[in-house]
Amino acid sequence: MKTQTLSLGLASVGAILCASTALAQTPVLNVLTYDSFTSEWGPGPAIEKAFEAECACDLVFTSAGDGAALLARLQLEGPRTDADVVLGLDTNLTAAARDTGLFAPHGVTADLTMPVTWDDDTFLPFDWGYLAFVANKDTAPVTSFRALADSDLKIVIEDPRSSTPGLGLLMWVHAVYGDEAPQIWADLADNIVTVTPGWTEAYNLFLAGEADAVLSYTTSPAYHLIAEDDDTKTSWAFDEGNYLQVEVAAKVANTDQPALADQFMAFIAQPGFQDVIPETNWMYPATKVSLPTGFDTLTVPSKGLLLSSQDAANVRDALVETWRTALSQ
Amino acid sequence: MRSLPAWLSAALVLALTLGTLLAVALRAEVGRGLSSGDWAAIRFTVGQAIVSALVSVALAVPVARALARRRFRWRGALVMLLGAPFILPVIVAVLGLLAVFGRGGLLNAGLAGLGVAPVSIYGAGGVVLAHVFFNLPLAVRLILQGWLSIPAERFQLAAQLNAPIWRLLERPMLARVVPGAVLVIFLICLTSFAVALTLGGGPKATTVELAIWQAVRFDFDLGRAALLSCIQFGLCAVAAVIAWRVTPVDGFGSGLDRVVARWDQSAWDWAWLLAVTLFLATPLAMVVWRGVPGLADLGPGVWAAAGRSVAVAAGSTVLCLLLGLSLALRGGIVMSIVGVLPLAASALVMGTGLFLMLFPLANPATLALPVTLCVNAVMALPFVLRVLGPAVTDIRASYGRLAETLGLRGLSLLRIVILPRLRRPLGFAAGLTAALSLGDLGVIALFATDAQETLPLAMYRLMGAYRMDAAAGAALLLLALALGVFWICDRGGRMDVDA
Repeated sequence: MKTQTLSLGLASVGAILCASTALAQTPVLNVLTYDSFTSEWGPGPAIEKAFEAECACDLVFTSAGDGAALLARLQLEGPRTDADVVLGLDTNLTAAARDTGLFAPHGVTADLTMPVTWDDDTFLPFDWGYLAFVANKDTAPVTSFRALADSDLKIVIEDPRSSTPGLGLLMWVHAVYGDEAPQIWADLADNIVTVTPGWTEAYNLFLAGEADAVLSYTTSPAYHLIAEDDDTKTSWAFDEGNYLQVEVAAKVANTDQPALADQFMAFIAQPGFQDVIPETNWMYPATKVSLPTGFDTLTVPSKGLLLSSQDAANVRDALVETWRTALSQ
Repeated sequence: MRSLPAWLSAALVLALTLGTLLAVALRAEVGRGLSSGDWAAIRFTVGQAIVSALVSVALAVPVARALARRRFRWRGALVMLLGAPFILPVIVAVLGLLAVFGRGGLLNAGLAGLGVAPVSIYGAGGVVLAHVFFNLPLAVRLILQGWLSIPAERFQLAAQLNAPIWRLLERPMLARVVPGAVLVIFLICLTSFAVALTLGGGPKATTVELAIWQAVRFDFDLGRAALLSCIQFGLCAVAAVIAWRVTPVDGFGSGLDRVVARWDQSAWDWAWLLAVTLFLATPLAMVVWRGVPGLADLGPGVWAAAGRSVAVAAGSTVLCLLLGLSLALRGGIVMSIVGVLPLAASALVMGTGLFLMLFPLANPATLALPVTLCVNAVMALPFVLRVLGPAVTDIRASYGRLAETLGLRGLSLLRIVILPRLRRPLGFAAGLTAALSLGDLGVIALFATDAQETLPLAMYRLMGAYRMDAAAGAALLLLALALGVFWICDRGGRMDVDA
């Protein structure tokens, strides 16, 4: 009896040792991304499962705030970063990310389905969306910034100094109006109820009834429709087009898992990754996969606008200053 | 010997405030100096902080007075309610306020019923309103401690002599307590960021903290972040010196810890208490109202995050009380300054600096919770010292000589003389620290991975994933936990008051 217990104990110790050795031999791929990607409702868990089924590796997501925080984290860590892949920067940040010299070409050829041409060998898009004002269906829609400025509608926007959609809005107005942007902002001033630090605050103010519309994405109503069975929300397509937010991934140059990192970059463009995006990240997938029911009801703008990452970086400070001056009057 | 714990505490506070700032500055490239926009931010920041602090304290004086001289059944509950807004995450409190003062809120619904034009909460008025909502409770509690520190014997003596209480007892007490309360609230509002931006209406409401945020998060311009943080430190130092100069150091002598029986009550007391209850409780009631349906949506992840938050809060409370007690016992101007420093620190700079300091030694993600625990303890220290400092000074003034004659020193002095008389302020300080730590969403965001998610972070992630109902449930859970820990810690103090 006693010997049996002992041998059982030894066997279990042996099993644990074997298991931990096996664990130690499993290569680990570290992917640095933003918060909502890895949450239990985000795309992370499903993607982890799908990739681990084919890579014989351990995929570990580490999250750091939003897209901007991701870049700051990377700049803090520098070349010593543990990250093998970074997932979740957008085109407003990629110029600064490229300047760090931390990234290597992705080497992936994918059949991208975005309304703009994409030509970047370092940053690979994994999803995208149109920026748009989201409103209730019973609010009379407007189709341009001028019409919005002329209306009595009240809107909530995000601060471009602290949020990525807020910065996208500046790029949008700049892309459409160029040098006339200051006048547009001056005219819009009396429509803006308030400016919030981030998307979360803005969207909540809108849901609380503080404004007629909020700067968000054309895909936001899909969440309400599919997850909450609420079809009262819509978004507005503007005649001149809506600005795009393109979210990208990139491979860290001095990764200690180059082969796995390459495998993951290729996986990003495959259905195992792309199929998960619409109903977890509530964005459009970057390649041609079938969209869930409900996405067909979304507003589709006639045109997608996007500044190149270098152009966006070049004009950013001036646009913020213009915006700030116009709204401080 | 007596000073050693105090110097250790001071060293920890200095490392976390000035040390982290230095770590950021050392990584910095040459800064660009201040733009005109930065100066506008400084002017707005200081202006709104002054107004918010003065309004909060001015309203707090009559409320604290009413609480000090009235006994009624729900007094304990009201005093506890006063602790609630201060520890709510900003976005939760703002949504509660909007439910009352917003476009579709109760106030405007009432005004519309009367045919009056709606009022807008956005702009400078909204910023001050929100800051008063957050800080009035703290001001009331700090000033109430002052009232309760006046020995009952003094009131009895004044009653026998038919002497003017206000001039002899209350005004000197206020002169001692009010500058500190104004300073603390001024500093809290100085580093405010999300309130000013959300309710300020736009770029006019720019704060220094936003400029720091932008410098770190978007530009990664650590030199600029360090420069702006130094400016915040400078503003804080000036305020601290002013408050120290105008605060006369005197005590009321000792009492026998009897409860005050007051005769100078007026009907205005009830008006003030009713007004402050409505002002604070209505938005909180809206948070509860909206949160109840969401409680069912909370997944196991949120409950685990809640457990983590409680553990961190317990740890930081113990650490903070140790720090606060050692500093308060040591006393002196150096300790006052060390105790105010964390208020002027930017959470963002502190997190970034810690990251830079820890990254060469260990993976910051594994240290997320210990780091959060330490930072929360240090961040709560100014409030704890504000509560413990004057109490310790009074005890020393009253019992110091007696203890000396009896040969009571060191730990026995602490155990026999000081701790029993510190019970009430200690309970309040512990409650405040635990509740503040529960609501904190500062440093954790820079370090944490999912395995270290705390409740406020989980709530923000729910909102980011559009799950507003579940987020409202998480907010209610947070409110309940914060009030719960506050109640448990503060209980001893409240029972004293009610007796």
